[in-house]
Parts: sequence; structure tokens; C-alpha cells
Amino acid sequence: MANWQRDKEGMGLWEHRGKVAVVGWGQSYIQRRWDGVDLERSCGGTSKESILKAISDAGIGLDEIDGLMTSKETRAEQTWAPRPYFAPPYDTEDGLTYCSGEFIQKELGLKNVKYIESDAPYIGPMLGMAAQAVGDGMAETLVCWYPMVNLSGRYGHNNPANNSNEAKGGNAFTLPWGYQSGAMFNNAIVFQQYCQRYNTSHEALAPFVMNQRRNGLLTPWSYYSLHEPYQLTKEDYLNGRVVEEPLVVYDCDRPVMACAAFIFTTAEKAKKLRQKPVYILNHAQNSVRGRSTMATLDEHQEAVSSLARKMEEGSGVNIKDVDIFNPYDGYATFTQQFLEGFQWHGVGRGEAHDFYADDIRVEGPHPFLSSGGNLGTGRTRSALHSDSIEQLRGTAGPRQVNVKAEIALAGSNTPDACGFVMYSSHQGS
Amino acid sequence: MSMIDGLERPVPVPFDWAKPFWDAANEKKLVVQHCGPCDLNIYPPKEKCNECDTTEPLGWKEVEGKGHIDVYLVIKDSRIKGFRGAQPINFAIITLDEDPGLNFLSNLPGTPAGEVPVGAAVEVIFDESVEVGRQLVPEWRVIG
Repeated sequence: MANWQRDKEGMGLWEHRGKVAVVGWGQSYIQRRWDGVDLERSCGGTSKESILKAISDAGIGLDEIDGLMTSKETRAEQTWAPRPYFAPPYDTEDGLTYCSGEFIQKELGLKNVKYIESDAPYIGPMLGMAAQAVGDGMAETLVCWYPMVNLSGRYGHNNPANNSNEAKGGNAFTLPWGYQSGAMFNNAIVFQQYCQRYNTSHEALAPFVMNQRRNGLLTPWSYYSLHEPYQLTKEDYLNGRVVEEPLVVYDCDRPVMACAAFIFTTAEKAKKLRQKPVYILNHAQNSVRGRSTMATLDEHQEAVSSLARKMEEGSGVNIKDVDIFNPYDGYATFTQQFLEGFQWHGVGRGEAHDFYADDIRVEGPHPFLSSGGNLGTGRTRSALHSDSIEQLRGTAGPRQVNVKAEIALAGSNTPDACGFVMYSSHQGS
Repeated sequence: MSMIDGLERPVPVPFDWAKPFWDAANEKKLVVQHCGPCDLNIYPPKEKCNECDTTEPLGWKEVEGKGHIDVYLVIKDSRIKGFRGAQPINFAIITLDEDPGLNFLSNLPGTPAGEVPVGAAVEVIFDESVEVGRQLVPEWRVIG
């Protein structure tokens, strides 16, 4: 689908504002790794599980599904290694390290599919793409799923680029000095610039990281609820294993094996279905190229400010009216850029760490990242969205906020490359 | 012998439009690209200018090789094979004095891990220990 992105300022109100809704979602079982044996918990297995749960949640039949969308950006490459295949349908990578629309169409026997997109971007932009597809009429009832894959082996150590004696292509300007691709290094560098500019330190992240774990433990399906059900203490955090000083292991989300699925449909159809519709007011993306080897704090700050302007412009909603805010926390070191760039609850530049030290619990006045995010639930990237939907439905259980919950904003991944979606319990005026 | 104990840098493999950079490094010169139409310095090298999308080939200019330390991390658990034997090791961002909008990476040979003087002046040197292909690699050391 061409030209679906809303990545520029000046595009005006989104043409499908309030005309598309999420009417169901489903979460698979979550575990640390796939054991390479149990196909029910393979990528294909978790995808099917989450999709069937989402369909059940929406109260629709399989034959109503006419659109399929997923992403191959499952992060499986970080631990992938050669291994045998299985009997069909698990006789290729499809179903093991990703799960295509064609795989799901065949496995679930979907008869009325007219639109399949199996190569969408990661979940942040993909959910915007899904909303756009329904708005544009590519499908009336579309299921969008996002699997995360974690196989055996030490994370990143099987990556051929990291094991090579040579640095090829663009890596020639990064690997020889120890730079590792991905969000960790660059965002840790920006974090250090942040600390220098605003006279703060890594220790100031502790209340935020601890609250993320707390919210994750309030989420019944989360990795930590199921497998490590105890609260992280400040001492744990400050004494965490150092990865790249000052970054500790607790700043990094835990790779997991899981999938979440979401059902998108038109507002007209949504009103006839079982669940309270959660309408889409806008979607917006960032794809910013930094000027030099490493992006800078200035570049990240301007990137999020621009994203906020795009979101306000397309939704017609002032960010100060956003009740639920679930920005990405794949590394704890960059979440503050979203908080300050959107100025949620009035938090300005350099003020995030003071905000973290205040009351950010779900019960309090500033329920920041009520989802628990990746740090609290495991690296699903989807909890940001499922919590937003649950909060607007009023079904978040022990995580349900006490403040008003009518408009939510969620997205991932990093300040310079991300996609956000604005949800609302009302269609908008 | 490595500039930093235990370090086995992955050796840069020059490619296409970046080759002049590495050829200059082998002559112990630091060069960056330059876009004439928008008068912009560019590093790391790009196929074309991102700012003006000119079709003119990008030029090259030698820079003095003076900079300052912006910020740093200390690598303690690298995923990169050649760095695991050198941990802990500095990972610093160097801004170029002639154009502070450009930044370079450095492991700051000669500066103990974690004892990095942020804001200090540095100058470019060249790591001659990288033997495969005899490719010299720009590095930076604290001066003054």
C-alpha cells in the first residue's frame, strides 16, 4: 500500500479520523524463548493463538475477516541459527521466525480475504498502516498481528556482523569502534548528552523503571506476572549488571516469544459489535536522518516535537487532552524524549526525571505508561496499544487509571524512527 | 600489536563512494565529504547529499583532525567479538572542531576506561594495528 504514511507536517486533519475503530485484541502466551520443539508456541503458534483471541474478543466470525496485516520485523535475527525444519506447515521460516498472511489464511481457513500485507513495518507504524488500510477501503475487517521471536542463544551474539573480522558497508563507520546496531548505543549516547545538559544522572531513571515493573505485574499475561512475579527494587536497579556504563540490564527490555493481534474495522460496523469501539483519531510517523554518525539530543528533541505537531494536526486534539500515554520504553534511556517532546502533563525539556520522582502510579494523577511497557511486560511492543485499548474500554483491571480515560496515545520505537496512534472512546467532533 | 590491550577491531572494508575516505586514512589524512551546492560537510560518507539531493558528485576535503570529547559510555558486555577481550573499553563521541555538527567514534587509546575527560581536546591519530588489508583506522587521543 503506497503513500499510507503520515510523516510530514502540514498534511492536515486525517481524512479517516474517527471512521476506523479497534474492536478486538488478543494476546498469546508469553515466554522467554521458543524451545525449538513446541510448535503451538512457535511464531506461527503464538500468532494463531493471538488472532483467535482477538476474533473472539470482537465477537466476529472467521468469515468476516477480509484483511490480514503483519510484520516480519520480529527480531528473530538476533538469535537465529541454522536448525532443522518440521513437517508442513512449519517446513520453511514462515511460521518459525515470522508468520505471513498467507500462512494464517491457510491455517485458519479464512475464505474471504481480499487484502494481505505480510511485510508491514514494526508495530508502531504498522497499526497506523492498518487503520489507513481500513479507512481507504482495502478491507472492512482487518486483523493485524505482531509476533516477537526469541530463539535459543545469547542475544546479538549470533549476528554475523558482530562475529566478523571485517566491517562491511555502512558498518565500516561504526563497528570498528564497537558501536552495535540497534537502539541501545545511539540512545544511550543521547541519554548521556541529556544528563550533561540537564545536570541529572542514570540513577534518576530508577523510579520510572520500578514503576514499569509494577505496572507489568498488574498485567496478568505479562512475562513478569507469569515467570518472575516480584517487584524490582531500587537496589536491584542500581546494582544491575552493567552493559554499557551507565546502561544496566534493567534499562533493556527482555526479549520474549509472544504475539498480539488487533481487529480493525469501520466505525459503522464497530457500533454493531460486542465491544465498546476504540476509534482511531490519527496516526503519525517519524523517519528522521541524523546528520552524522550518531544522532544528537537536539535532533531527537526536535524529532519528537515534530511528531507531536503532526499528531495534533491530524487528530485535531491538543496533546494536553491525552489521558493515557504509552510511549515506547525499549530502552529506559529514551522514553523521556517522548514525555518531554509531547509535553504530556506539561512536562517540559529537562523535567522528565523530576516527573519520574513524582507519583506516576496508575492510581495517581499522572499514570505514565499505564501499560508497564516493554520493561514491565517483556518486549512485546504491543502492550503499549493493548493497554491503551483496555483503558479506554474501562477493562484494564488493576491497572485501570483513576483519571479520565477517553483519549490515548501509544507508539514505538525510537524518537527518530517511530509510529504513533491516537485512540479515542469517541469518534471526535 | 593493538593500540588497546585485547582489542581486535573489525577491519573496515572500503566500498564505492566511501573509498576515498579510507584511502586518505591510509595516508594518515582525515577527509570528509563536501556538498558544493549547499556548502555542507558530510560524515559518514553518503552516496548523495541528503539536504539538497543534488546530482553533482560529492567532493572531498581534508580537515585538520582536531576535536573535543562530547560524551562517552564504557563498553562492558559487547556483542562484537573483537571487543570482548578489551573490556572495559571507552566508547566516546568526538565532535569535529571545524564542524561540530559532525561526530566521530573513538575508543580513546591512552585514556583508561571510565576516566574520560569530557570536553577535553583531542586529535586524530591512526590505528596501524589493523592488519587485514592494511587499512588504517582513524582514532582520537586526548591532547594538552
